[in-house]
Amino acid sequence: MSSRKSMSNKIVPYLFILPALLLTIGILYPFLLSLLYSLTDYHLGSPVTKFIGLSNYLRLFGSTYFWKSLGLTLGFAAAAVTVQLILGLCGAMLLDTDVKGIKIARSLIILPLMMPPVVAALMWKVIMAPNGILNYLTGLSQYSWLGSNSTALISILIIDTWIYTPFVTVILLAGLRSLPAEPYEAALLDGGSAWFTFRSLTLPMIKPFLILAALFRTIDSLKAFDIIYATTKGGPGSSTMLLQVKAYFESFRHYNMGYALSHMMILWLVIFFISRFLVKNWGKAVKSAARN
Amino acid sequence: MGKSRQKRGQELTMYGKISGETRKKSQTVFVYAGIVLFLVFALFPIIWILLMSLKTDKDIISSVPKIFFSPTLDNYKTLIFGIKSAGSEISRPDFILYFKNSLIITTGAVLTSLAVGIPAAYALARFKFKLKEDIAFTFLSFRFAPEIAVIIPIFTIYKMLFLYNTYIGMILVYQLITLPLIIWIMRGYFEDIPVEIEQAARVDGYSWLKVFSKIALPLVKPGLASTAILSFIFAWNNFIFGLVLGAKETFPATVGTLGFISYESVLWGQMAAASMITILPEIIIAFFIQKYLVSGLSMGAIRG
Repeated sequence: MSSRKSMSNKIVPYLFILPALLLTIGILYPFLLSLLYSLTDYHLGSPVTKFIGLSNYLRLFGSTYFWKSLGLTLGFAAAAVTVQLILGLCGAMLLDTDVKGIKIARSLIILPLMMPPVVAALMWKVIMAPNGILNYLTGLSQYSWLGSNSTALISILIIDTWIYTPFVTVILLAGLRSLPAEPYEAALLDGGSAWFTFRSLTLPMIKPFLILAALFRTIDSLKAFDIIYATTKGGPGSSTMLLQVKAYFESFRHYNMGYALSHMMILWLVIFFISRFLVKNWGKAVKSAARN
Repeated sequence: MGKSRQKRGQELTMYGKISGETRKKSQTVFVYAGIVLFLVFALFPIIWILLMSLKTDKDIISSVPKIFFSPTLDNYKTLIFGIKSAGSEISRPDFILYFKNSLIITTGAVLTSLAVGIPAAYALARFKFKLKEDIAFTFLSFRFAPEIAVIIPIFTIYKMLFLYNTYIGMILVYQLITLPLIIWIMRGYFEDIPVEIEQAARVDGYSWLKVFSKIALPLVKPGLASTAILSFIFAWNNFIFGLVLGAKETFPATVGTLGFISYESVLWGQMAAASMITILPEIIIAFFIQKYLVSGLSMGAIRG
């Protein structure tokens, strides 16, 4: 009886996890296929697919379009994360007060985050249109924010910031509210300035949350697609052609599936290494915040 | 961790030391100004498009943006009933189909993920077994992969298995969004249940299955509801899966809203109305369960 019981105890965890595991294997299979396909000349229009080794990658590394796209992707992500962390921290500190009506403000501020990025992008497209209200407010006449080389990427950055700053705010607000009270009481007794308290107490203690928000925003902005597809489709020229957008057009417009996938494998590697770096620093920050 | 700061007054929360009444007052004004600025930035686009959805085409393209106008529901009527408004407008009654598609796909995806993900989350929280952390990390790692990298092979497989442009195919691919989210957040909720409660039930002769269904599951119910809603929103907002793996019959509303822009013209009013209808379920959710949502969102982000 007891041996049967311990047997069943060993199997039970797997029984619980089995359905999810099967589904996961089903999902993992395409992941492996994508790596494999990137080593072939897979083209939707051609009947045969040949293994061509690293040819796609060699072609990729020799293409100025690719390097430009990679540069745009990294630059966009860096700018988006920086701007959103700063604004998000300001927002979180403003919401971490107990002035009247703060609860309503807290719930209203997450609205942009709840809506589909595509719909948010369309809203901004209307606002930024040549006859839109942004031109009316800024006094520019018939300026095309999304249609001009010099402002298209910045406009997309503004839309991205509008959608995702609330995300950073929510994470950091949760962080601020979980901080212990003692160090602040000590600082109050010592009579340190507000700036000093912020720099020497709040910032180090909130650092794990900052890194966490940065991690998620970095991953998602490196993969940016929805906003760009809904507004500029990579244009004008290739001024907003980030890697995922480029891979989309390469695959589902030009049917070069293998070549498109080689772009994605590189992006995947970039995301993997940046994430690993951030996760490591997150671990360090958690430890040093705990010491504080 | 001691007393958390949120129970303290505002004085301690952000300013450090505050000496006198006047300073406090000026800071309150500063806080209000900041919050109002933030709210204007966050809400203006939504309000502007809401107004636009209530305007006639003539009011929309007027060179001086109109704040005061006589509102009309024509755009919504055209969208829902497909009637012609202002004579020459093309009707797009298919948007209702897209909305229905979104409902079917999203609900189906969330229910599937719940059925499969809750037992898995429980196992990850409670049992020790081989490769446990590896499996948990695999669920999480789906987030790292660029969508196009996964979609291309899935597209090929779907064409072969006749899953392309079907609800089942869509629900399956949406597991990439909903399943990791549900497993990671629910694992946290299960871990928060004191182990002693379940051990006592085991001693009383409950099987694992009974402990899970009669004790653990009822205890996580509130968390379960917020997690389900959170994953509903994430799935509802998705665009790229529908764009590539669906066609007219299965396009979700997110893809549908783009249909109002074509090379010849942009149906601004109808697009605005469609945008409003698309975000309607989420606005309703936001107001009813805001508290749970924020905690779920931060928990989901912090845990995975």
